[in-house]
Amino acid sequence: MSMDLSTTYLGIELPHPFVAGASPLSDTLDGARALADAGIAMIVLRSLFEEQLDQEALAHHDATLAHTESHGEARSYLPEPAEFVFGPDEYLGHLAAVRQAVSVPVVASLNGHTQGGWTGFARRIADAGADALELNLFDVVTDPHRSSADIEHELVEITASVCSAIRVPVAVKLSPFYTSLPHLANRLRVAGARGFVLFNRYFEPDIETDLLEVHTQLQLSTPRELQLRLRWLAILSGTVGGDFVVTGGVHDVEDAVKAIMCGAHTVQIVATLLRHGLGRIEELRQGLADWLREHDYASLRQMRGSMDSSRAPDPRAYERANYLRALQTHRGFGDA
Amino acid sequence: MANARTVTVDGNEAAASIAYRLSEVAAIYPITPSSPMGELCDEWAAHERRNLFGTVPSIVEMQSEGGAAGAVHGALQAGSLAVTFTASQGLLLMIPTMYKLAGELLPFVMPVAARTVASHALSIFGGHSDVMACRQTGFALLCAATVQEAHDLACIAHMATLRSRVPFVHFFDGFRTSHELQKIRVLADDDLLALIDRDAIAAHRARALTPDRPVLRGSAQNPDVFFQAREACNPFYGRCTDEVAVAMDRFFEHTGRRYHPFEYDGHPQAERIVVVMGSGAEAVRAAVRHLVAEGERVGLLQVRLYRPFDGERLAAALPDTARRLAVLDRTKEPGAPAEPLCLDVQMATRGLAQPPLVVGGRFGLSGKEFTPAMAATVFAELERDAPRHGFTVGIVDDIGHHSLPLPDRELPRDLPTPASATTEAVFFGLGSDGTVGANKSTIKILGESADRHVQGFFVYDSKKSGAMTVSHLRFAKEPFEAPWLVGRAGFVACHQFQFLERHDVLAHAADGATLLLNAPFPPEEVWHRLPSEVRQRIRARRLTVHAIDAGAVAREAGIGGRINTIMQVCFFELSGLLARDRAIEAIKQSIRKTYGRKGDEIVRRNHAAVDAALAHLHSIAIPADDGDARPKPPTVPPEAPEFVQRVTAAMLAGKGDLLPCSAFPPDGTWPTGTSRWEKRAIATAVPIWDADICIQCNKCALMCPHAAIRAKVFEPAALDSAPDGFPSAPWRGKDFAGQSYTIQVAPDDCTGCGLCVQVCPAKDKGNPRHKAIDMQPVLPVQARERERFAFFAKLPEADPCDVGKLDVRGSQLLQPLFEFSGACAGCGETPYIKLLTQLFGDRLLIANATGCSSIYGGNLPTTPYTTNAAGRGPAWANSLFEDNAEYGLGMRLAVDALGNRARQLLVDLAPELESVELAAGLVNWPSRRDAHWFARQRTRVDELRRRLRQSAAPAARELDQLADYLVPKSVWLVGGDGWAFDIGYGGLDHVLASPRDVNVLVLDTEVYSNTGGQASKATPLGAVAKFAARGKSVDKKDLGLMAMHYGHVFVASVAIGAQDAHTVRVLRAAEAHPGPSLVIAYSPCIAHGYDLVFGADQQQRAVQSGVWPLFRYDPAAGERGEPPLVVDVPGGRLPVADYMRNEARFRMVEKIDPEGFRRYARGAQQAAERRMAVYRHIAQLRFPDAVAAAEARPEPHR
Repeated sequence: MSMDLSTTYLGIELPHPFVAGASPLSDTLDGARALADAGIAMIVLRSLFEEQLDQEALAHHDATLAHTESHGEARSYLPEPAEFVFGPDEYLGHLAAVRQAVSVPVVASLNGHTQGGWTGFARRIADAGADALELNLFDVVTDPHRSSADIEHELVEITASVCSAIRVPVAVKLSPFYTSLPHLANRLRVAGARGFVLFNRYFEPDIETDLLEVHTQLQLSTPRELQLRLRWLAILSGTVGGDFVVTGGVHDVEDAVKAIMCGAHTVQIVATLLRHGLGRIEELRQGLADWLREHDYASLRQMRGSMDSSRAPDPRAYERANYLRALQTHRGFGDA
Repeated sequence: MANARTVTVDGNEAAASIAYRLSEVAAIYPITPSSPMGELCDEWAAHERRNLFGTVPSIVEMQSEGGAAGAVHGALQAGSLAVTFTASQGLLLMIPTMYKLAGELLPFVMPVAARTVASHALSIFGGHSDVMACRQTGFALLCAATVQEAHDLACIAHMATLRSRVPFVHFFDGFRTSHELQKIRVLADDDLLALIDRDAIAAHRARALTPDRPVLRGSAQNPDVFFQAREACNPFYGRCTDEVAVAMDRFFEHTGRRYHPFEYDGHPQAERIVVVMGSGAEAVRAAVRHLVAEGERVGLLQVRLYRPFDGERLAAALPDTARRLAVLDRTKEPGAPAEPLCLDVQMATRGLAQPPLVVGGRFGLSGKEFTPAMAATVFAELERDAPRHGFTVGIVDDIGHHSLPLPDRELPRDLPTPASATTEAVFFGLGSDGTVGANKSTIKILGESADRHVQGFFVYDSKKSGAMTVSHLRFAKEPFEAPWLVGRAGFVACHQFQFLERHDVLAHAADGATLLLNAPFPPEEVWHRLPSEVRQRIRARRLTVHAIDAGAVAREAGIGGRINTIMQVCFFELSGLLARDRAIEAIKQSIRKTYGRKGDEIVRRNHAAVDAALAHLHSIAIPADDGDARPKPPTVPPEAPEFVQRVTAAMLAGKGDLLPCSAFPPDGTWPTGTSRWEKRAIATAVPIWDADICIQCNKCALMCPHAAIRAKVFEPAALDSAPDGFPSAPWRGKDFAGQSYTIQVAPDDCTGCGLCVQVCPAKDKGNPRHKAIDMQPVLPVQARERERFAFFAKLPEADPCDVGKLDVRGSQLLQPLFEFSGACAGCGETPYIKLLTQLFGDRLLIANATGCSSIYGGNLPTTPYTTNAAGRGPAWANSLFEDNAEYGLGMRLAVDALGNRARQLLVDLAPELESVELAAGLVNWPSRRDAHWFARQRTRVDELRRRLRQSAAPAARELDQLADYLVPKSVWLVGGDGWAFDIGYGGLDHVLASPRDVNVLVLDTEVYSNTGGQASKATPLGAVAKFAARGKSVDKKDLGLMAMHYGHVFVASVAIGAQDAHTVRVLRAAEAHPGPSLVIAYSPCIAHGYDLVFGADQQQRAVQSGVWPLFRYDPAAGERGEPPLVVDVPGGRLPVADYMRNEARFRMVEKIDPEGFRRYARGAQQAAERRMAVYRHIAQLRFPDAVAAAEARPEPHR
């Protein structure tokens, strides 16, 4: 008898929990089709970054406009196309096309920059057929005069306005860098968020020491990243509630099992697909089924959340700081 | 037609609108000022706009105007309706085909924006010398005088050509009409359908060359029949004038607008009449109205149909009372008894019962201003007892004394425009601040009002960076024509405060006018910042002054330096032409329309600027006393040479119109080294050097497009007289040991592009944001840096013999002999030219193809090529666009011929001069020649001259004159890709096929940069350019590979921003190669669509990706049995797409068609890899004979 791997995320029924996270794999229609054909449960597209769109539009505008009408021999230096696929059009077009091309649910992602941008783009994403929307809320705050309370207030406002503007379910993509993540998550839930994506992964700076230059890059995730996510999955699942998806650090069946035990409804995979190819999807699905069977679980649902902070035998393990845990470990060695 | 739709367009668009709708094929080649017509057709076709027949015309860009004419010829012969557009040299290149088109009676209309043909100098401005050069071809010539006529006569020309089968040139004055914005009544498609004879189109198609009804055309005929057959066309020409007249009548019936082949306007019993063609007719008409109102019997005969010339019609159009005619030609035919229109009028009136006296005069050459006041002087001349023939009007001819007196420019020089209550306004702006765009928007906004008539004309200076634009706007309730500059402006706006110091901004301000200043100061400071001359003018003319710090408003709104919409709001507020709310809404609407599809943020920011503007607009109080008044600085400093003081300074001050004929060399010769006297001070930030951090690599000096940042080594003792704080550091090198070193900016010549800082590799270890040079705001350091540069400039230049190694670092210690050009900020071409002058400048001859490099290289008022302390420097000349390779070869031939003669004389004279040994040194040139050898050779020449001057022999005199040819000259053929890849390729190919020692430098910007970014065969796959609006679908021609096939040509590809040392090495190797050499140089350009401060970075990406591989093909290596090709950087280290994504020319495709971009990126990657595969193949070649010869040679001693 086949193992029941089905799960529900944001009200969407899925045959299994493996979801393609935002990546180049779904940047093309062929790529999205290949993911679906390989058996992925759901596809998350990369974020629409409002600020990037604005910056790009401004850069393009400057590049083409800077020299117009400045010399007698040339009115301009580049042709003026009849139609620009500027701003969100390219993203929305791709979203709609992917939605048409595949039968699996498609989740869009949005990083707004202005209040109008958040709600406006959210509406257009919903209209383009997204099954759900991830709000990619985080930005790097460098202003010493902005308080965490102000920032959290803005996040809640944005979430509330987006959730009231569209009917498709909304999940919020969080970062771990909040003083009280459960408090914030709870407020976001009240504001209308139905789920959380844990956690956002960022372009990280690096230094070229010879050139004295800073470069930012996005590295593929490693399994080590999972621990941080497990802690917060377990805590939020056990306290705030809602639907959870883990993104970052799930590379094999064991990782997925841990995430689901801590409360994840789905797991997003990217690095393992890029490293091992799309056949990995079926390997993980089958592997998860085998694991459940070998460990006498009746279904995935039985396992989901079994180790979250409300059900784990030692929930304080999620709460202990590193220092305490180190002491315990040390005492353990002493016992041996 | 009473309710005909009106639009505000320029003459080019007015004409192109008709041509497009009545054509199925358009073959295009860009040339100023006709380029916009072709571009518009391309744009319309890209937008899938349909012609009158329901199809989208096929638009094809050709390699030259000759090619365009050929394509049109084929298209017409094969039965389609075809068009091309051109001007000037372009029209001349079409002449052979025009004979064919006319000889074969092909119905065709070619709109021409008439432009002066280059003679002693190139000029892009209006004149009839081009169309006059076609009057013998058999084409009909129909002339439009206004923007409305450019539209209407285009239709009439089509009507007439279809019915007469005589092809037409439909021309109007370049710039004056082609670029003037006017509100016109538009012919709708239905109008054209009603007016065009569809049967005639069917007849044309029935004559099509087709195998279904085969005929032969283009036969060769012998003396027995050619003559008769040629005469057989006469009836068609007889009918043609009638067809034009009939078409004009039908046009009148349909539209209510009346035209005649010859049209008289003036007193019904006029005795004195001016005959003229083109926009000048409107100035004459205005003068006639004024004079008739004063009781004078004068009139205007306007010629619209010049060929076929119907003398009888002309005579019939004249009043019987005509006694004296002055015929004005906008062309000059030196040596002719009169200019062509005058000769024709003389012929036409000869048979009249009372033939009038007909005299001819010239006016308006190269767009020279022609006003009603000037026209009045012609009538005055006709009143004299013996009116002069061959006079000129509009200039001061102090040589032949042919000129009529100029009206006093300080008095109101314009007679009133016909319309009442005309508002006239003048705006001074920078090319980059959007002034012209805002004024075009203003004109369109006001033009939309049914009861308002508008006119806009825009004057640009010839610089490509920091260029000043002057917008001349008129608004009136009645229709008017006034094709001359605004003379008494009721509104003057100066959008750049610094212009007040350098230009006579208030010259044409009317009494009581409003002056609007963009002033980067608080309002209370504005008056005190004004030069005393400006203050006096403001008081004398009782101007009211308003100011706004538009730069601050623009920065606040996040729109950079584009102050246009802010100043536009102020104009509407102060002019009162529209109610405030209506004006602001109209401006916002215009912003939405212009920028809306480019993104909401752009609209939002511009709207914010509009909303903020009026709160920052202040009325400036004029104080009672002027204790702090200071005069304008002199235009050029007192130490400038006499010619610069007398001629250049007048041109710089905007007084060039007043210079007399005697001020100019009659053959186009011009002194070099004038740009150094034009201190433009256009940078807002300049690089400042930190001696402690600098590693003395000199990359900043190498990459500076304007030679505005320089390196020098000098004796430390020189610092004794240095200004306080003048920075220097001990020179770190074995050469110039013990000397000091300084990097210095020329603050008034820098454009502020920042390229030097971008390429500077030296960072402060403790604060890497600080480099050895940093951009700093110019105003706080301007005075200090001026003083420092003045001192620096006087430090002696390095002796090339003392430079240890002629690499990047060493080359930049040599004096650049190309400096302070008007090229764009960040120009990618000029660093190559500057380097050329540093390496070979004192023996350099440059033949320069027309294009950007000829404009920044040779466009007056000042030019950048200069001389060293010995008075030697590049000798530079421009012939044409298409013939540059041949032109340069000719220079080489001349240099060789004169050198051979010198050597021959030397050999003959050596015994007599007891100089056999000296002669041997002079004639035996080693194959490798370094600075020491050149110095010794010049010393030998000096010694030879000393001995020659002791001889009285004629041969000694001759050799004295030619002795400098005993020093080898370096001949370089310089031009852009438009020249080398397209129009001049045939000549270039031929020159490369010769064994002569010429060096070709192709400044490859991958588009026609000068005319505005049209695609060339160098445009790469996937790049958007005009005529490749969705991305070029074929990759660029591999010119280097083609040249390699000759075997004897040194060929190299360089990118100075990617591998500067490679560029220096290649230029030296190319110069040393004894045969032809070809260097193709990657040149970032504003047409690539990114901030050129990143030009060097982008060159890196091009090279690393393999889009622009660096290589050298050296025939000498092949002869040694080695592979002749060395690929120095093959690429493959970066995806081509990463390079493409950084430039708007590629990204634009992604914005139009994302999948298309991906396809192009894949294609470009593949093309780069395939190209490298071919190169790698050649790079492994060893020619068997050369290998065998090398093996047969004895081993060199080790």
